[in-house]
Amino acid sequence: MDNRQKEINNLKDYKYGFSTDIENIQAPKGLNEDVIKFISNIKKEPEWMLEFRLKAFERFKVLKEPDWQKPKFPKIDYQDLYYYSAPKSMKDKPKSLDELDPKLLETYKKLGIPLQEQARLNGIAVDAVFDSVSVATTFKDELTKQGIIFCPISEAIQSHPELVKKYLGSVIPTSDHFFATLNSAVFTDGSFVYIPEGVRCPMELSTYFRINASNTGQFERTLIIADKGSYVSYLEGCTAPMRDENQLHAANVELIALDDAEIKYSTVQNWYPGDQDGKGGIYNFVTKRGLCKGKNSKISWTQVETGSAITWKYPSCILKGDNSVGEFYSIAITNNHQKADTGTKMIHLGKNTKSKIISKGISAGNSDMTYRGLVDISSKAKNSTNYTQCDSLLMGNKCGAHTVPYIKNKNSESNIAHEATTSKISEDQLHYCQQRGLNPEEAVGLIVNGFCKEVLQQLPMEFAVEAQKLVGISLEGSVG
Amino acid sequence: MKEQLQKDFYNSIKNLSLSQKDIEIKKFCLDNFIDKGFPNKKEEDWKFSDLNQIIKNNIGELSFYNDQASTNKVNTSVFVDGLEHNKIVFINGRIEKIDFEYEKKDQIEIIDQSETINEFENSNSLSDLNNAFTNKCFKILVKKSYQLAKPLIIYHTTNSKIWSKNINLRLNFELDRDSSLRLIDLFNDTSEKNFLNIFYNFELKENAVLKNYKVDKFENKNIKYSFNNIDQDKNSISETFILSSGSNFSKNEINCNLNGIYASAFVNGVFSLNNDKHHEIRSIINHLTENTKSYQLIKSVLEQSSKAVYQGKIFVNSDAQKTDGYQLSKAILINKESEFNAKPELEIYADDVKCSHGSASGSLNEDSIFYLMSRGLSYHQSRELLINGFLLDVVEKITDSEIKNLIKNMLGIKE
Repeated sequence: MDNRQKEINNLKDYKYGFSTDIENIQAPKGLNEDVIKFISNIKKEPEWMLEFRLKAFERFKVLKEPDWQKPKFPKIDYQDLYYYSAPKSMKDKPKSLDELDPKLLETYKKLGIPLQEQARLNGIAVDAVFDSVSVATTFKDELTKQGIIFCPISEAIQSHPELVKKYLGSVIPTSDHFFATLNSAVFTDGSFVYIPEGVRCPMELSTYFRINASNTGQFERTLIIADKGSYVSYLEGCTAPMRDENQLHAANVELIALDDAEIKYSTVQNWYPGDQDGKGGIYNFVTKRGLCKGKNSKISWTQVETGSAITWKYPSCILKGDNSVGEFYSIAITNNHQKADTGTKMIHLGKNTKSKIISKGISAGNSDMTYRGLVDISSKAKNSTNYTQCDSLLMGNKCGAHTVPYIKNKNSESNIAHEATTSKISEDQLHYCQQRGLNPEEAVGLIVNGFCKEVLQQLPMEFAVEAQKLVGISLEGSVG
Repeated sequence: MKEQLQKDFYNSIKNLSLSQKDIEIKKFCLDNFIDKGFPNKKEEDWKFSDLNQIIKNNIGELSFYNDQASTNKVNTSVFVDGLEHNKIVFINGRIEKIDFEYEKKDQIEIIDQSETINEFENSNSLSDLNNAFTNKCFKILVKKSYQLAKPLIIYHTTNSKIWSKNINLRLNFELDRDSSLRLIDLFNDTSEKNFLNIFYNFELKENAVLKNYKVDKFENKNIKYSFNNIDQDKNSISETFILSSGSNFSKNEINCNLNGIYASAFVNGVFSLNNDKHHEIRSIINHLTENTKSYQLIKSVLEQSSKAVYQGKIFVNSDAQKTDGYQLSKAILINKESEFNAKPELEIYADDVKCSHGSASGSLNEDSIFYLMSRGLSYHQSRELLINGFLLDVVEKITDSEIKNLIKNMLGIKE
């Protein structure tokens, strides 16, 4: 057996499927005001934060679970979930990594995210979120020197209340849709980033999410603020243990870019997708929204979606500032019984705004893939342009690929162009690759990577390599 | 509205000799409609055109009863000159004339189907309204291997006798093996503020060819909804062309089922709108078996505060391998207030297919205007030339040369 084959065999099964046996503190099961007060209390939150949560909960009570999405799922019993779960050792926060529970360190090492800084070859600052709490943030000192704030959001609520108060809920208000509102009420932890005026963040910032406890929903909240003229590149990765039941993950991510600022947000999502018969897996219902608030600002989303039983998310840009730019690059791969309904919204409000959407969908096995997107150019968004390209690739005749774009143009000086294609890998290409000595699986891997290249190029280097491998692995067994 | 509907319904059926069972069925449809009301923007298919609101704003109170006892005089001046054709004339929703003077009488059969109701997949409350209130319905059967010598023009004429009325009409067509039919729907309205609700059902057998041209060109203040259901057997061809221009509001829906192999469907449309008109085309092409083909091209020129909507869906069933589906919509927005909305949709469950769509909207290309002006044309001439060229693309898709010329003349496009 050659090395490559060995590697593939190693990776073939979901390699992050282990769970860590660790003592947990959990909130009582169910969703009510007491649980919200419990979460707020255990995080030692100020009064205004609790009010924010309760206001969202009031709103949540009258909302109904949406049902317009393509992948249908059995009704979720929101009273049968734990809304807070944290390793016991985190109750009194460890002051440094040395005090951190060795079991936790071990877990992250297994995941390939060593938290000890010296173990890193290249400087990426990591915030690791384990179930409901952030367990460690690396490279803090170096960042602080530049005035950059990178810490768990629960910490930011305490130490930088003025920033959190000003921006939290300004892009995704408490009165938003069902899952976003649920998150506003019960969010537990996540990352907070503030880049001061004129600072170019010297390293990639990264959060690593891990769901461990069973029957737990993970509700993290990320808030990134790029002040005038600043730049930040942020990465997000996720995994979960293999379990037979479906687990809910409903996160909110808010990005705010002020004048001349740029935020680049990359995600490699590899939650547990369920087994080959579609049993188990994560429901990934995430709300991600960026606001280009200032002039000449830019927000760029890149996502590689390979995991989750159901992925249902639309990272969006609101282009409010004049000359602002929004970008969306996406690869979504579904195999076996996975389902995805993903895409983006580009809302043009300011003059001379630009947006670009590149979406690549690949479905294999019995899976179902939907691209759903909105491009809305308002009557005041003079001289705006949008370019959209969404391509789908089908492997086998049991899967589906769908495209549902909504295109609204209310401004005669603006241009919108949209293209979509659906096809399969052509016999000619396969034949050519095989003739050059590749076996069918390698050939498919090569062609798919070529198909995705436009998006993979957008990822930071370290991620790109990982993502490229992931693309190959996700499609294992779908050929032939 | 409920009392009005019920009152008008009993007035309508009073004059008809219907069996108790038929009345029950019609009553059932009426109750369905009362339950659902006119479609509004909460329904996905009506997201961009809230018919309920449009009727409220443009018409206000509608009445549903039409006295169809007395005949209307057919005004021959509306007939198309210079093209020999067969005629069906509707005046205010009443069939006044059916005339197949150019055809062999034994090859075309006209069957009264007033007692049936239409049931379509994915239909809406308007189909219930139609079923409840249509009192006459004919089926036109073109017999095996008969190809009509001349086109059939259906004149939809309304005059000032009606006001704030809802008119429902329904026609069924069956094209037997190897037959062909060219059909033009021509709208001529001198009335205002009425709501026309038209349902056609086409059944195309093996090798049959249907060409349907819908021409709504003349300015009027009516609101129109038209639904075409087309079922196609092996090797059949359907071609639909829509010129959407005259009415205040108009929505054309095409639902096409490609049931037999090698069946193909073509849908082409032109929106040429001004003032505050609001038009929509919605097409659903269902590829249900292998080796079927569809092609759609929609172009719009939007002036003043007009609004055009195109919703097109290509559905490919898992059996429908080797499907070829194509869809393109393009719009030129002339004025600031004009608006173009599109929802081109693909839903695909088979892997060996070639499906694509494109959509583009924007302003007139300033560079092209500059180029033409530098060649000595005025701004106005350059603009006209560019718009004509843009629309000509769609008109050229019409495969029947006689009708192509007729439509070119109507649009004022010179070559």
